Amino acid sequence: MSQAGKISYRELVLNGIFKENTIFKLALSLCPSIAVTNNVRNGVLMGAAVLFVQVMVNITISLMRNLIHPRIRLPIFMLVISGWVTVTDMTMAVFAPAAYKQMGLYIQLIVAFASILARAEMFASKNTFVPSMFDGIGMGAGFLLALTVISFFRELLGKGSLWGYQIINAKPLLILVLPAGGFFAVGLLMGFFNWISTKYEGRQ
Amino acid sequence: MKNEKSGLIVSVSPHIKDAETTERIMWSVSLSLLPAVLMGAYFFGPRAVFTVILSILSAVLSEYIFLKAMKKKVVVLDGSAFLTGLLLGLNLPPSVPFFIPVIGAIVAVIITKQLFGGLGYNIFNPALIGRAFLLVSFPRLMTVWNEPAAAFIHLDARTTATPLGILKEEGVTKLIEVFGDKWNLYSQLLFGHRGGCIGETSVLALLIGAAFLMHKKYITWHIPISFLGTASLIAWIFGGQEGFFTGDPLLHLMTGGLMLGAFFMATDYVTSPSVKNGQILFGTGCGFLTMLIRLKGGYPEGVMFAILIMNCFSPLIDRGFRTKVFGAVKKPEQGAKQ
Repeated sequence: MSQAGKISYRELVLNGIFKENTIFKLALSLCPSIAVTNNVRNGVLMGAAVLFVQVMVNITISLMRNLIHPRIRLPIFMLVISGWVTVTDMTMAVFAPAAYKQMGLYIQLIVAFASILARAEMFASKNTFVPSMFDGIGMGAGFLLALTVISFFRELLGKGSLWGYQIINAKPLLILVLPAGGFFAVGLLMGFFNWISTKYEGRQ
Repeated sequence: MKNEKSGLIVSVSPHIKDAETTERIMWSVSLSLLPAVLMGAYFFGPRAVFTVILSILSAVLSEYIFLKAMKKKVVVLDGSAFLTGLLLGLNLPPSVPFFIPVIGAIVAVIITKQLFGGLGYNIFNPALIGRAFLLVSFPRLMTVWNEPAAAFIHLDARTTATPLGILKEEGVTKLIEVFGDKWNLYSQLLFGHRGGCIGETSVLALLIGAAFLMHKKYITWHIPISFLGTASLIAWIFGGQEGFFTGDPLLHLMTGGLMLGAFFMATDYVTSPSVKNGQILFGTGCGFLTMLIRLKGGYPEGVMFAILIMNCFSPLIDRGFRTKVFGAVKKPEQGAKQ
């Protein structure tokens, strides 16, 4: 419960974005990162949805942590997560129906994200309200960042457009919008991200 | 490692080495492809030769740059990048724009080979991944086929369909009609007077190269023969339009990339099984998948995807067919109750 005393909020956020980036470092949640990233709009919306769920789940769990009996904590976590996912799902269905039609399934799949349950178990259930919120912001922002970068390259190189607007009047590498190209993009960006971060960490 | 005091050489096994080296094999395989290159040059003109050369140059250069950038030992002269570039070039249509071989070679050498750890660690055949990447990325540019021998006379070469394309779309009678009569069709296919990739058209040239490799014992019969045998068996049974056992296996053998694939691509040491029985299974799988794609799939040609799919299985095949260690006693499974 005193973990947060040693770590600053800035470090908590940066930890989620760089050191324990869900996709690039932990290699979790790769299914949506390939499925929804063939255009930037879907990528960003998916990332934003995960960011929201992660923050709200962390806050709820940290507030409830003294009420939850340790033996039934996992079912409780799942209930909280599915509650917030349902909120996100319904909100999106109302305010972004076009995007929801394409990726509604993946929004509902956020329930099963290992990273969200892991943060609830590892961090929010042991820390107070404010650090848990910053941890959620960090982890969610890391996910959002990864999805944005992946979908940026895939849409720009695969379709020549960004956010649906045509930028280059050609399709330079059609393969990138196909599922096979998703693996190429995620693999190459993961390698690049890790190469950069080992260099950065080595310098410190 | 030389021991300073006694002058003895201390090294790990193996201690007796053959004169064959990776370099020598790579350059010999490249040499064996020379007839195919010459036939490609004859039928498709200087532009095809330039495409092949560009592909080789980009492969060698990207290997050199990658190894330099990663501060590894630069082993460009082992010929593997040269061979990858050559195979990729021979697998391209003759009139592709010049950026195509460059992109293909970069994908082949850097993504497929070097990022997996370099020569000997790649799971997939680099040249084929390069081609698959190009075919999926540029479907239209990668399926423009020039009419052979037109390139010398007209600068704007006429395009044509490949025999397999005609076979798939319009059937065997149309194909015979295009080539005149049946014997004319076979002899044209044998010499390579047809639309197709630069290096795949001339069956005769490829067979000369394959005979050279077999004579030198660089490749054995196991993979090519099981590959071609399975493919022709399936073509004979299921390839005909009037029912079972009416297909024309010879036609399927001499069209598409089957000869090039069976002798030069499927036999790649790194990505095929090393146990002989396993090689037969590997070749059979390749033949089966090739014919499955040709007869039932969306593409007219399936050699490339068949070999790539079987590449995934080769570590598994090697495990399954592992030779018994002589004299070794099988240990009971750890933790198993006795």
